[in-house]
Amino acid sequence: MSTRSVVPFGPQHPVLPEPIHLDLVLEDETVVEAIPSIGFIHRGLEKLVEQRDFQDYVYVAERICGICSFMHGMGYCESVEHIMDIEVPDRAKYLRTIWCEFSRLHSHLLWLGLLADAFGFESLFMHSWRLREKILDMFEISTGGRLIFSVNKVGGVRKDMDSDMLHQFETTLVDMEKDMRELTKTFLNDYSVKTRLKGIGILSKQEAFDLGAAGPFMRASGIALDNRKLGYAAYGNLDFEPIISNECDCYARCYVRTQELFQSVDLIRQAIAKIPAGEISAPVKGFPKGEYFMRVEQPRGEGLYYVKGNGTKFLDRVRVRTPTFANLPAMLKTLKGAQLADVPILILTIDPCISCTER
Amino acid sequence: MTEQAIKNISASELVTEVLHLKHENWRLMQIHATKLKADEPSYEISYSFVKEYELYNLRIVVTPETEIMSISDIYEPAFIYENEITALFDLNIKMISLDYHGNLYRLNNKTPFK
Repeated sequence: MSTRSVVPFGPQHPVLPEPIHLDLVLEDETVVEAIPSIGFIHRGLEKLVEQRDFQDYVYVAERICGICSFMHGMGYCESVEHIMDIEVPDRAKYLRTIWCEFSRLHSHLLWLGLLADAFGFESLFMHSWRLREKILDMFEISTGGRLIFSVNKVGGVRKDMDSDMLHQFETTLVDMEKDMRELTKTFLNDYSVKTRLKGIGILSKQEAFDLGAAGPFMRASGIALDNRKLGYAAYGNLDFEPIISNECDCYARCYVRTQELFQSVDLIRQAIAKIPAGEISAPVKGFPKGEYFMRVEQPRGEGLYYVKGNGTKFLDRVRVRTPTFANLPAMLKTLKGAQLADVPILILTIDPCISCTER
Repeated sequence: MTEQAIKNISASELVTEVLHLKHENWRLMQIHATKLKADEPSYEISYSFVKEYELYNLRIVVTPETEIMSISDIYEPAFIYENEITALFDLNIKMISLDYHGNLYRLNNKTPFK
């Protein structure tokens, strides 16, 4: 019988942008058990809602994470809007949809860059992030911010996009699409990339279901679920189908994210084509009373925003269930049986966001 | 949008109800606790399940002394949510499959949501 040893992985590791620790139990080079340890950066943002006006809390929600900041702000706003029966103007819904898809592009390109960096393909990393810069530029033009935007508010959005701006974005996306095709070709066909990703970290469809996996991590195991199908923001008026793969490995996760880049571009085009004229926010009267579970599809997967109001300006509870939190049990499953050298790639393929996880 | 169902049950009925949902192929989405505004400290715990795009919630109301059976033997990912509740609210959840004993997060102020 091989000797067992325990190797600490993290919380500081070159492949991890944020701190998470794993105790890896190894037999030779094979992982037989992985015990996670989180909680290095818990901020208590959910608790803060008891001391912040429900309208001001949008700014706190946005700061849960720098990558999905728009989604966090929107998820929170939509849940409060449901409680208060606020009918958000259609134009605001389309604007939210466009910014949501910018966020997905931003997040997936960031992830692709990190993945390339993790297996030492530096030029691919730079190309991914070069493209990401264009998305951040469009964010800056439309919101004034590159990571934290502050355009969401309860009842709608704070900023509009005029037709010139929308046309400019469409043109930029045409150019970006060409570059993304080149990028995708390398990610999906390069020998070195395939060698590092194919057949690694298998998570079967049943395991993904049982372990509550979310987002591209789940869809890469053949489960066709995407919360945008719920029809929040303007998604109910747009045509799309969840992108899945049945390969169930790290390569499949890469494939799903690359294809979602093009899906996002298509959704932005559809939204720009259909966006109606009109107001961008509705008046907010009174205070929230009641509760609501709002589900959205963040770049990393299913996010849940639960709010409970008591009829005052302070909410009783805000709960944010983020996709990385849901993906941890499934990630542990993929680690069992993996080679030690593949552990960084395996962790990366869930696209972990520890800021979200620890809120 | 799909409707949001919430079924109120007692803590003693929890495991049976969760088993029913498991057999009906519902997927555990999340568990969270909320402190209730009452004279005596009490909390409600919501267990959210999804099937396709449908959402269903089980809810129990407990005191800090109530013994709550873990559902991590039925739904494996429950351990992470139950440990979070234990760490933040100091509630009494028994038999968690991987129990961090209130130390999931490294907190300066222990059980801040209590």
